[in-house]
Amino acid sequence: MAMSVIWTVMVGAAILCGLATGRGEAVAAAALEGAAAGVELCLSMTGILCLWMGVMEVMRRSGLAEALSRMLRPLLRRLYPDFSDDAPVMDAVSANLSANLLGLGNAATPLGLEASRLMARRSPGVASDSLCLLVVCNTASIQLIPTTVASLRSAAGCATPFDILPATWLASVISITVGLTAAKVFSRLWR
Amino acid sequence: MELLFTMLVPAIMLLVAVWGLWKRVDLWTALTEGAAEGLKVSVRIVPALIALLTAVYMLRASGALELLGQTLEPVLSAAGIPTETIGLLLVRPVSGSAALGVGAELIQTYGPDSLVGRTAAVMLGSTETTFYTVAVYFGAAKITRTRYAVPAALCADIAGFLAAAWAVRLLF
Repeated sequence: MAMSVIWTVMVGAAILCGLATGRGEAVAAAALEGAAAGVELCLSMTGILCLWMGVMEVMRRSGLAEALSRMLRPLLRRLYPDFSDDAPVMDAVSANLSANLLGLGNAATPLGLEASRLMARRSPGVASDSLCLLVVCNTASIQLIPTTVASLRSAAGCATPFDILPATWLASVISITVGLTAAKVFSRLWR
Repeated sequence: MELLFTMLVPAIMLLVAVWGLWKRVDLWTALTEGAAEGLKVSVRIVPALIALLTAVYMLRASGALELLGQTLEPVLSAAGIPTETIGLLLVRPVSGSAALGVGAELIQTYGPDSLVGRTAAVMLGSTETTFYTVAVYFGAAKITRTRYAVPAALCADIAGFLAAAWAVRLLF
C-alpha cells in the first residue's frame, strides 16, 4: 500500500513539475528510458549478486554464522541484561545479529522476529527497553560486506566497487552508536 | 591500504572456501545453489526496479528533485550532505526498493567514483528501511505501544546519513 502511494506521488510530482517548467517532453521520454534502465541495471548487477549469494550459502552451511553468534554472546548479555539468563532469547538475538553482520538478510529477519515475540511475552502490547534496542539494532545497517551496493557500483562501471567499505563501516558504526545511545537516553525519559 | 580493500573480497572468498572444505561442506553445490538463489532475487526485484526507475527518471527529467534539493540547500549544506542525494534521504527509511532505484540513478548519473555517487552508496550501505523493519517487528510481537523505538531508530538514520557524507569526504 505504501509503495502504491509513493509511486503515484513520484509520477504525479514529475508530471506536474515537468509541465510547470516546460519539460513535459523530457519527462515523457524519461518514462521509457527509466523502464529500460531498470532491466539493464538488474542484469548488470546480477552477476556479483549471485556470486556473493553463493559465498554466503557456503558460510551458512559451514556453520560460520553459528560460530560468530557464539562469539557475540558475551557482548549481547550486556546489551540485554533483562534477558541474559533467558537462553532462547539470547540464542535468537545472537543468531539474528550474526546473520545481519554476514548479510544473510533472509535468515536474519525470522530470527529477529522470533526474538521479538519471545521478548514481548514479558510485557504484552508494550515495547520493553530490550525490545526497543532489538528494533533499533535491526533498523541500523551493520552488514560487513554491503553486496547490493557494491553490485550497483559495479553495474555503473566501477572497477573497485568495494573501496567504499571503510567509509561504510565508519558510517554504520556511528549510526548504530547514535541509535543505541538515543535508545538508552530515551528509556530514562520515556515512561 | 587501497590494495587491502581491493583484495578483501577475493580473500574472503578463499577463506570461506577453505573453511567450508575444512568443515566438509559440499562446497561446489552450496556455491552454485546460492548463486541460483541470487538469480531468483534478481527476478524478484526486477519488476520493482522497472517501476521505480521509471518514476525516478521522470522525477529527474522534470527538475523536481533539483527544485527540492535547492529548497533544502541551506539545511543540507550546513550538514555537509550533497543536495543531489535529497531523494535518497526521503525514500530510504520508507522503501528499500525505492532507495535502491534512487541510489542506482545517482550512482549512474554522477558516476560511481564521484562524491555524490560514493555518498549515495555509503548511505545505502549504512542505513536500513527503518519504518518497514519497525512495522514487521512490532507486528510480529503484537506491540501497540512502541514507546521510543521509532525516534531512536530515526536518530540512527540521521546519524547514518550525516556520517556517510562525512566519511566519504574524509576518506576520498
